[in-house]
Amino acid sequence: MSVARDRARYIGRRVAQAVPAILLIVTLNFLLVHLAPGNAADVLAGEAGSATPQYMAYLRHQFGLDQPLYVQYLEYLKNVVTFDLGYSFRESMPVRDLIFQRLGPTLLLMGTTIVLSIGLGVLLGIFAATKPGSLRDNAISVFALVSYATPLFWVGLMLIVLFAIDLRWLPTSGMVNIAAFYTGWQKVGDVARHLVLPAVTLSLFYMALYVRLMRSSMLEQSGMDYVVTARSKGLTEHAITYRHVLRNASLPVVTMAGVQIGNLLGGSVVVETVFGWPGIGLLAFKALFARDLNLLLGIFFVAACLVIVVNIIVDVIYTLLDPRIRLR
Amino acid sequence: MSDAILDIRNLTVELPPWADRPQAVSDTSLTLARDEILCVVGESGSGKSVMARAVMGLLPEHLRASGGAILLEGEDLLRATPSRLREVRGSRVSMIFQEPMTALNPVKTIGAQIDEMLELHTKLSRRERTERIVAMLKSVRLSDAQRLLGAYPHQLSGGQRQRAMIAMALILEPAVVIADEPTTALDVTTQSGILALFRDIQRARHIGVLFITHDFGVVAEIADRVAVMQHGRLVESGTAEQILNAPKHAYTQSLIAAVPSLAPRERRMKKDARVVLSVAGLEKTYHAGGAFGRSGRTVRAVKSVDLSIRHGETLGLVGESGSGKSTLARCIVRLVDAERGSVVVGDDVDLMTLSRGALRAHRRHIQMVFQDPYGSLDPRCTVGRLIAEGPIVHGVSESEAVSRAHALLELVGLERRAADRFPHEFSGGQRQRIGIARALALEPSILVADEPVSALDVSVQAQVLRLLADIRDRLDLTMLFITHDLRVAAQVCDTIAVMHDGEIVEYGPTSRIYAEPRHAYTQSLLAAVPGRHWAPPFTPALV
Amino acid sequence: MNVDANSAAAPVTEPRQPARAWHSHAAELWQRFARNRAALAGLVVLVTIVIVALVGPALFAQGPFELAGPPFAQPFGQFPLGTDMLGRNELVGIVYGARTSLMIGLVATLFATLLGVLLGGVAGYYGGVVDEMLMRLTEMFQTIPSFLFAILVVAILSPSIGSVILAISVVSWPPMARLVRGEFRALRNREFVEACISMGMSDARVIVRHILPNCVSSIIVTGSLLVATAILTESALSFLGLSDPNVMSWGFMVGAARDFLQRAWWLCAIPGVAILVTVLAINLVGDGLNDALNPRLRRL
Repeated sequence: MSVARDRARYIGRRVAQAVPAILLIVTLNFLLVHLAPGNAADVLAGEAGSATPQYMAYLRHQFGLDQPLYVQYLEYLKNVVTFDLGYSFRESMPVRDLIFQRLGPTLLLMGTTIVLSIGLGVLLGIFAATKPGSLRDNAISVFALVSYATPLFWVGLMLIVLFAIDLRWLPTSGMVNIAAFYTGWQKVGDVARHLVLPAVTLSLFYMALYVRLMRSSMLEQSGMDYVVTARSKGLTEHAITYRHVLRNASLPVVTMAGVQIGNLLGGSVVVETVFGWPGIGLLAFKALFARDLNLLLGIFFVAACLVIVVNIIVDVIYTLLDPRIRLR
Repeated sequence: MSDAILDIRNLTVELPPWADRPQAVSDTSLTLARDEILCVVGESGSGKSVMARAVMGLLPEHLRASGGAILLEGEDLLRATPSRLREVRGSRVSMIFQEPMTALNPVKTIGAQIDEMLELHTKLSRRERTERIVAMLKSVRLSDAQRLLGAYPHQLSGGQRQRAMIAMALILEPAVVIADEPTTALDVTTQSGILALFRDIQRARHIGVLFITHDFGVVAEIADRVAVMQHGRLVESGTAEQILNAPKHAYTQSLIAAVPSLAPRERRMKKDARVVLSVAGLEKTYHAGGAFGRSGRTVRAVKSVDLSIRHGETLGLVGESGSGKSTLARCIVRLVDAERGSVVVGDDVDLMTLSRGALRAHRRHIQMVFQDPYGSLDPRCTVGRLIAEGPIVHGVSESEAVSRAHALLELVGLERRAADRFPHEFSGGQRQRIGIARALALEPSILVADEPVSALDVSVQAQVLRLLADIRDRLDLTMLFITHDLRVAAQVCDTIAVMHDGEIVEYGPTSRIYAEPRHAYTQSLLAAVPGRHWAPPFTPALV
Repeated sequence: MNVDANSAAAPVTEPRQPARAWHSHAAELWQRFARNRAALAGLVVLVTIVIVALVGPALFAQGPFELAGPPFAQPFGQFPLGTDMLGRNELVGIVYGARTSLMIGLVATLFATLLGVLLGGVAGYYGGVVDEMLMRLTEMFQTIPSFLFAILVVAILSPSIGSVILAISVVSWPPMARLVRGEFRALRNREFVEACISMGMSDARVIVRHILPNCVSSIIVTGSLLVATAILTESALSFLGLSDPNVMSWGFMVGAARDFLQRAWWLCAIPGVAILVTVLAINLVGDGLNDALNPRLRRL
């Protein structure tokens, strides 16, 4: 089918468009380093006392700091393109390996959060919109309003206090119970138990966002002309809501989901820190604490690439949902 | 009367308390026979649409039917249960709406939307349903019916969409079809095809059609009987022949009087007048979607147009949507920059060669009146400021500009006090008057009017046209008048340029063009005017 | 096409009003706002917080870092909100924290708004290459995880009020720019703007006198939501340790108390509630402003 071919071409085009974006990000990284006050090597090494002369020499070599600026830039560019993101002094590992080790848990957390927040958000939004002004609408709206105003770290901490400390239903932190050496399904269950609180914490804010968006989108679509047409055909209100309005109303939510991916990654820094979840968010926090800027830049770069990839996926999903988008 | 398939008796529909009158429809009775087309005519706010929706039970939440009965084949729909109403909708009575683009679900295929009707009300198998849909699409004269099944609304033209909607309304063979201004949003040539379709289908299937419109031309074209509504009441009804040629009620008479005749009035230009506007070789091409060297779609909106207007002449630029007439007007006024060509105004100044700074000084000679009464005035400015701002920008003192504004308001038939009010306090017709006053504030020699009355009710339209003609004569203006309405053009314009697809295909005096159109497109345009064989009984001179 | 045809289903949009002077226009706006009780409540709360932030530090001149008593004192005792792990007065911390959060939120949003309006306005009005470039720029900013970027900026420039404000401004301006661009673009094509241009008005005059006034309400509403987001971002940054060490901040208070969750959970709870209440109040006021400034025409 030519539509499939068009779509493949669209994906290819988006990937090609991603390249200059990545280039810009790398440039941004580079600028950030050199914008900092003081010697770039000092900045990169963090507190002056913690770096050995070897590390300083290594940094100078890595970033070519005694060379003219454009040479440094090209060097940096070359390194990044070949996935050489540097070496972390603190952790004694190449940055690249460090990041990829931690990527899994973050992806798990983010994936769960996306499913939870969009799923629940859409459902609650529909619930609220189908009976506007009712008790359930008001309750859901208030819930969304409050969740939207709540800082992530605070929710996490309060949930820990309630569920882990007072009620002892769930573990306080970490991803697995290290002492217990679970394997197979037991391990899955263990991870799942540890996943509950972090995922709920991260989801709460975004779910509130999607609830509000879905609700207003549904209400807006319900006033459209094609709904009157559908009613004139003799459809029940139920059929109108689920067969006509829903698909049109969910389009803005898909768009918003793509926009929020970047924020989601930022939120995971906070949540992983609060719960000790061993992902790249916690890694970023540790890097921050240790003033390991090199590692931080590497995480930033990988995170940005992740966002680009997810955005492409979201765009393709959107083209599947909305036939008006020209794939050309 | 006994043959009535739809009998509306003393229907009253209440309006919410904040409205300007208590009822949308007051104690109105109407009957539709089994095999006829009844046209319900009225201006905006007459209640005709509300009545139509009341029949289908599609009234919006804040409107309530408080009295009367709506009998469809003897059954009172106002007292039917919701589930009975759902059964009836689509199968016994169906509706066709005005805007086919928004009336169809954009994310579902045409085939799926029509299929829904069959799925809901019948027990046919999928194959049988598809066969029926294809047959129906063919009978509404949609070619390539098979392919259309899988097409989405945005892939079809306006006319095709409306035909699909008609197919959807007819597929269950209802006894009554209600059409709410179904051709108002369509081009004149498309409209004539759809009207013919309505007529043929009604004759072939012997259904009752309740056709709502504001256009008496349409009434003349297809109506068997006519009902006239005003302010929620039925004012007059009778056969088409009676109402169109011998209306009894004063309101009906005034409505018909306001319909411009297709017979062009005579030319009243001075001989040997000098040329005040001369356009040569104007071209405008739009590039959509391309950026940074990537190729996109290219649309040649204006393809090498020449025209000239003499002092005191009114040149009509006539065409359908997409013909490029609005683009051309904007190129002439340099709201849009054409790629090529010259626009020479008055004393040999080519506007195209001027820099933006130099252009500003010359803009005052050629001013524009816009189409949309609701979008052409800044909602945050008082009327007085809107009119006075032009002169102020050109160096006139504020006090002088304000007094000029007051004078102009009186010239266009509004009070001086209007200057302190905001646009939203005025009706559509009044806003157009304000727009005209604004255009005149700079004392231009040429006025470009871009569909100035298209968005107005017919009676208001006549008033504004009269005003324009009056001003043109008093101030000795030259006008470029853009319109798609051939009746209006016949009454207002001395010369006509017919535009099609970016080019002027025919150019000449109005009387000649209407009597002996030479180009095929002009001929089809004139043939498509609804009710062209009907001459409105009174035609006060609009000149 | 008869635009009025559809209004047959709704004969009137809003009742006609006589002309009013400016101050009664504002009074009308206030009336509409006040009808929304939640927004009103939000405004009351917000004003209270502002008063606390302005007046409080004068009342507690000793400052939030002063060691006022024994550590971990419980609330509702000698100290209204107790003391933290070093013995600092929790209430004083909250009061000073209010000032920090509000100031950073307002100033960062102000910068972001100015930048966003400038760039978005130019791009929306002129279109073409400038617009393309702005779109690419905002897309890029949308791609980078903004919180991570803020962390980076503050970390590199070392934490201070200035660097925090800079970081938040830099990640906040894209949404404002996109909004302003959209509004300018839409207004640019409206006939009343075309009329102004055809009358020979300069671009500056058209923008300042005709376009901007028509999108001020959207800017204000978006601005209020940006303030809320800025406060949340600032608190998250200080929670992670990226706040000015000389300034008390609510996020910092929560972060510092994190290790003592078992023992004195209220030290984490109280500052968090302060953040929640403030942000909620701002959101309510923002929603109320939206309804008051853009009254949707009565449902047709």
